[in-house]
Amino acid sequence: MNAPGPFALRRFMGVALALGAVIVSLLLTALVILAVGASPGEVFQKVWEGIGFLPQGGLDAGRFAGVVNFWIPLALVSTGLLITFTAGLWNIGVEGQMMFGAVFASWIAREVMLPGPLLVTVELIAAAFGGALWAALVGLLKTRGGVHEIFGGVALNNLANIFAIYLISAPWQPPEGGSAHSTPPFRSEALLVPMEGFPVSLAALALVVVGFLVVAIALRGTRWGLELKAIGKSDRSALLLGVATHRNAVLALAACGALAGLAGGFRVLFTYASLRPLVSGGIGFLGLLVVLLTGTRAVWVPPVSFFFAAILAGSTRLKIALQLDQSLAGVVQGILVLLVILSNGVRGRLRSVAVPPARSAGASPAPQPSAEEVAHG
Amino acid sequence: MDELANVLGSIVSNATPLVIASIGETITERVGVVNLSLDGSIALAAMVGFVTAYASGSAVLGILAGMIAAMLIALLIAVANIRLKQDQVAVGFVLTLLAADLAQFLGQGYTRVPGPTVPTVRIPVLADLPLLGQMLFNHNLLVYLSFFLIFGMWFLMYRTRYGLELRAVGERPATAFARGANVSRVRYLYTAVGGLLIGLAGASYALAIKPGWANPPVMRGDGWIALAIVIFGGWHPFRVAFGAYLFTGLRALASVIQQSTDLPLVLVNAVPWVLMILTLLMVSSGTVERLLRVTPKRLQGALRNVLRSKPPAALGAQFERE
Repeated sequence: MNAPGPFALRRFMGVALALGAVIVSLLLTALVILAVGASPGEVFQKVWEGIGFLPQGGLDAGRFAGVVNFWIPLALVSTGLLITFTAGLWNIGVEGQMMFGAVFASWIAREVMLPGPLLVTVELIAAAFGGALWAALVGLLKTRGGVHEIFGGVALNNLANIFAIYLISAPWQPPEGGSAHSTPPFRSEALLVPMEGFPVSLAALALVVVGFLVVAIALRGTRWGLELKAIGKSDRSALLLGVATHRNAVLALAACGALAGLAGGFRVLFTYASLRPLVSGGIGFLGLLVVLLTGTRAVWVPPVSFFFAAILAGSTRLKIALQLDQSLAGVVQGILVLLVILSNGVRGRLRSVAVPPARSAGASPAPQPSAEEVAHG
Repeated sequence: MDELANVLGSIVSNATPLVIASIGETITERVGVVNLSLDGSIALAAMVGFVTAYASGSAVLGILAGMIAAMLIALLIAVANIRLKQDQVAVGFVLTLLAADLAQFLGQGYTRVPGPTVPTVRIPVLADLPLLGQMLFNHNLLVYLSFFLIFGMWFLMYRTRYGLELRAVGERPATAFARGANVSRVRYLYTAVGGLLIGLAGASYALAIKPGWANPPVMRGDGWIALAIVIFGGWHPFRVAFGAYLFTGLRALASVIQQSTDLPLVLVNAVPWVLMILTLLMVSSGTVERLLRVTPKRLQGALRNVLRSKPPAALGAQFERE
């Protein structure tokens, strides 16, 4: 972790490296765009406009709100994943936790009659509960059943989506008959309310800020945060020091799941106003990429997730404007994260050449879960 | 009888990509490297294989191109892990997503168009055997190749000097190194070989088992299933192949049951994932120990051998030369 040289220089190196990674990943993406016979310039311009930057200058409030509305769920799951990464857990199940949160929120929205603000509050609590429940299941499978959280998570992601499809196609289907596309739209008092002129939910924004602050403080300044860090560094030594590793692993997953559930709730109570298949839309996986980039440095999560949300929102226009698949967003993001991981390794190598002795190999930014157990099931 | 033979035949054929992919992952993990990217690699190989075959008119070229695509991904994981000392799960996960998105983006102009396929070859005489003939000897060429791979991989691993070396590198890298093995080179080599097989699995979907390319890809999720089958199969080629056939058979059984009852269709889609959790629970050390405790003493040894699924000792661990 510790590079030689003064702090300022190190920070400069970090920024330069990040910028370099962004530029190289844009160049590689340009090649991918050329491969399908499209023009990279045109694509980047459409994405730029999709974010809200108008060709004649200025910002389109509606489109920029679209970025914020991707950022809200992404920031929520990324914040949650800070907890599991600190504890050394690979919560790939975060997608399913979003979907389960969405299902729980939809259930309240459909079945419960309450005045608006109260109803939305209950929906969000239910969403957090649903996500936490699904995440705790991953934790129990791991701690009680010896099923690694990656496999438990992948299986539960698929099961959550299949469950949502079942609900949409059978008990919650629209009155005109079975469609697998979505439930009928929820009543308007069951939904999060957008602001006037800038269609973003203030309540959801507040939730993101509060959630982030609580998690950042809990990880930095509480005994629980310290325990999770100890588990993340070494499960075994934490256990020997008297940390309840199993209970903390389940708790960390449940806390992350609660935030993911809120993100899923936001998707049904604001983005779609109904329940759909794959309502999480890959945002959970994207959160994992965000936290792979930031490591456990919490301050970086809001800006990095905002950057990713901008790419995601910008590329939604590709289909309409250029008939290009919007999976291009994933291509840019994936290349970027891959390059940053690889460049961390290159930096580690350079450093170990420069300073030959003593512990210079560990260049990974996060106390990442070791690969050792992954395949052990 | 005929119908049973047909069902068994289609299970053997449908299981082929899973068999090949799990065998590829088995050899990768046996040298200590986890290639987590399967779900993305398989999709990318299928897309590259299909598009190449479509453009060139040659299924063989398509298969080769798909194999190379997945091999490059595997090598990227190996370089990141061995040379750059980065977490291979992190790199593998990023590549899972990246390869799937690349496949979707680059393949967008080729969805649902017909292309070349691998021919089916009826083996004379053998195909006329009752039951077995239809089950094993009336398939496309990739199915026969998968039979060969299962036995070939077993022979390589347990009957040759190379196999001894590759297992040593995955179990006791320091010892293997002291005995003169080049640990890193062996890991690169078999990760690449594993990648080639994973690519072959992808191409076999697009050019034989479920011909064509679609969005979302037809095989989505199977990469994760293959990773779980490797664990279920205890990193042994025969048991891994058995796992792939068993899994495909149970999936077929579930859809037969669904068709003959009123159960909702979506339940069939849930079967693979429920099976995944159950099998991993079954082979986890805790469960095996619990089962052994209630087993009569005489049967304990046999049961332990049947259920035990012990990973290579150095799986996922960095090797630092002292």
